[in-house]
Amino acid sequence: MKNMLVVTAGIVAMILSTATLAGPREDLLAQYAAAAKSAGFSAVRGQALHMQNFSAGKPDTPSCTTCHGKDTRGVGRTLAGKTVEPVAVSAAPTRYTDPAKVEKWFKRNCTEVLGRECTPQEKGDWLTFVIGQ
Amino acid sequence: MRIPYRPFAIGLVALAFSAIVFDRAQAGDRHFFAPVTDPVVKEECGSCHLAFAPAMLPARSWQRMMGELDKHFGDNASIDAATAGKITRYLVANAGDAGGQRYSRKLLKGVAAGAAPQRITELPKWVSEHRKVPDWEWRHKDVRTRANCVACHTAAEQGDYDE
Repeated sequence: MKNMLVVTAGIVAMILSTATLAGPREDLLAQYAAAAKSAGFSAVRGQALHMQNFSAGKPDTPSCTTCHGKDTRGVGRTLAGKTVEPVAVSAAPTRYTDPAKVEKWFKRNCTEVLGRECTPQEKGDWLTFVIGQ
Repeated sequence: MRIPYRPFAIGLVALAFSAIVFDRAQAGDRHFFAPVTDPVVKEECGSCHLAFAPAMLPARSWQRMMGELDKHFGDNASIDAATAGKITRYLVANAGDAGGQRYSRKLLKGVAAGAAPQRITELPKWVSEHRKVPDWEWRHKDVRTRANCVACHTAAEQGDYDE
């Protein structure tokens, strides 16, 4: 009986670990890695991107933190007063699980802040950063 | 036989009084604009700003707006054609001039028949309703833009725009 339990627990753990390994976020990262022909992503680079001030985008949104706030685990606020879910996965566990939504907001927000779309390398770095937050 | 007119008079006064009270009570919901209920519209139109009630603008305004999403008040808010079509149909069906919208008629008063105003905050009635709001309140860090209805109308998400 005890053995049965251990075996079941083992199977459950295996299923869970494969689920986390091949979740939608990991799929996205794999896509970005393939597109960037990247050696890997860096949370440190992602954080730098997140905090950096840009001048080529819209003047009222110089940085990701303009709307998302400096605290990744705290809520953000758009210029029109809407609350934005925290970017940190630890604070918003369902985030980045819909690839179309992730791509939509990368496109919109990068255009507004950087004045151009983000590269797959930048997207991968940023995603790695917020997944680890 | 003498007609006891006094009870009638009292009754009449009471009736008139309750009529006034009732009217007031009804007037209390005069600033109701049905909020967006469609989940797609809520998500697509309500991420950056309040998903404004479709009844606040006439159908032709929404049609124009949905055709110019790449220039949406300074932002490129383009979305795929299928989603845009779905949203447009919802906005047009529930627009302020689509009928059945009791409070829209007032808000859209003074809008020219063929005009397609884009900013709710530039409607003549909106302007006159907010004329007493001082400048410093608009500039307050929790307000910042006239599009931030909920800063003052705390129940705006539920469609209630009373003070």
